Amino acid sequence: MNKYKKITLDGLIFQNPTFMLVLGTCPTLGLINSAFSSMGMGLTVLVILTLSNVLISLLRKVIPNEVRIPCYIVIIATLVTFARMFLEKFLPDLYDSLGGFLALIVVNCIILGRAEAFANKHNVAEAAVDGISQGLGFTLALTVMGIICEFFGKGSLFGYAIMDFKIAMLATPAGAFLVYGISIAVFVYVVDGVQRMLRVKANKLARENMLKEAA
Amino acid sequence: MGTFIAIVLAAVLTNNFITAKTYGICPFLGVSKKTSSAAGMGIAVTLVMVLATLVTYPIYMYVMVPLKIEFLEIIFFIFIIASLVQMLEKIIQKVSPTLYGAMGIYLPLITTNCAVLGVTELVIGDMSAIIGTASMNIGWAVLYALFAGLGFTLVMIIMSGMREKLNYYKTPKALAGFPIAMVTACFICMAFMVFTYIV
Repeated sequence: MNKYKKITLDGLIFQNPTFMLVLGTCPTLGLINSAFSSMGMGLTVLVILTLSNVLISLLRKVIPNEVRIPCYIVIIATLVTFARMFLEKFLPDLYDSLGGFLALIVVNCIILGRAEAFANKHNVAEAAVDGISQGLGFTLALTVMGIICEFFGKGSLFGYAIMDFKIAMLATPAGAFLVYGISIAVFVYVVDGVQRMLRVKANKLARENMLKEAA
Repeated sequence: MGTFIAIVLAAVLTNNFITAKTYGICPFLGVSKKTSSAAGMGIAVTLVMVLATLVTYPIYMYVMVPLKIEFLEIIFFIFIIASLVQMLEKIIQKVSPTLYGAMGIYLPLITTNCAVLGVTELVIGDMSAIIGTASMNIGWAVLYALFAGLGFTLVMIIMSGMREKLNYYKTPKALAGFPIAMVTACFICMAFMVFTYIV
């Protein structure tokens, strides 16, 4: 159980694909001007990442090592093609708002990166948990930044107008770069701070125990 | 002539791949620490973009559309790009070892670059916003790919120049690395946004 907890925490915080590994930056920067499209992109990547992790983990003993990258790319490209057909048919709003970035999920570094770094070395259950937690980390990061950019850049949330005041720059790629950069800095600062606090606490506890034993 | 100018201006300035479309951000942030490597990466990406468009556009128009297999475009395109990059790497290695030394290390990275797949997907889609009423053909497609690649190279070189200067200043620990690079990129984007008001 501990193993799964570690995989989940890694995906959400310590190896968060958006803030810690800085992967999949193109769709992030292109879509965080609206909360709806960034959340949609996050969830699409979550589904594709989980499925590709599971498939690659299942096939890891079958695929020869020399041609593994082309095999992974075919698996991912097939899943993206299915996702594209599905969205075009059932969620046309989301399909329009994702635009060109839907096809570009194929070259999203997160999916190929997790296949290469995790799924081809671990069993199906671990790969599935990794896919879900990494995808969730990506979705949460994108949604939070999407809400910030849309709220201050367009004065609306998920398409509903809220206020008149807006800083139009934040809804352009320039604003996306700014918000993304500052979000990374804040996230790293907070995680580092919490880790240091926990370490200090653990050291203090260990020292007290040692003193108690000595006494 | 009008279409030519429209495509050049749109590809390099107003619809620049990095500052307006945010395609190809991984090499933009990853390989922009030194001007020489940024220029090498930019030229390599431009070369692959032009060659990929030259191959995928006719295949899409004259093979996939008549056979009604457009839905396979993602799988076809990524495979064409991957094999093209492999082939190019081998050819450059054989023909010019000096060029290979300068550019070869970037080539394998280009396979998973959004800019290349992005341009091949863009030129088969609706381009009427850029070329107006003129009909799309392979000449315009390759021209667009060439100038989009040159626009990408331009922004890469500007960015690497700024990052080289940034090394002389002390940045706060939390901002060091990617965050400060993105804030720098924000200023480049703002500078390029001005061009959208001119055209």
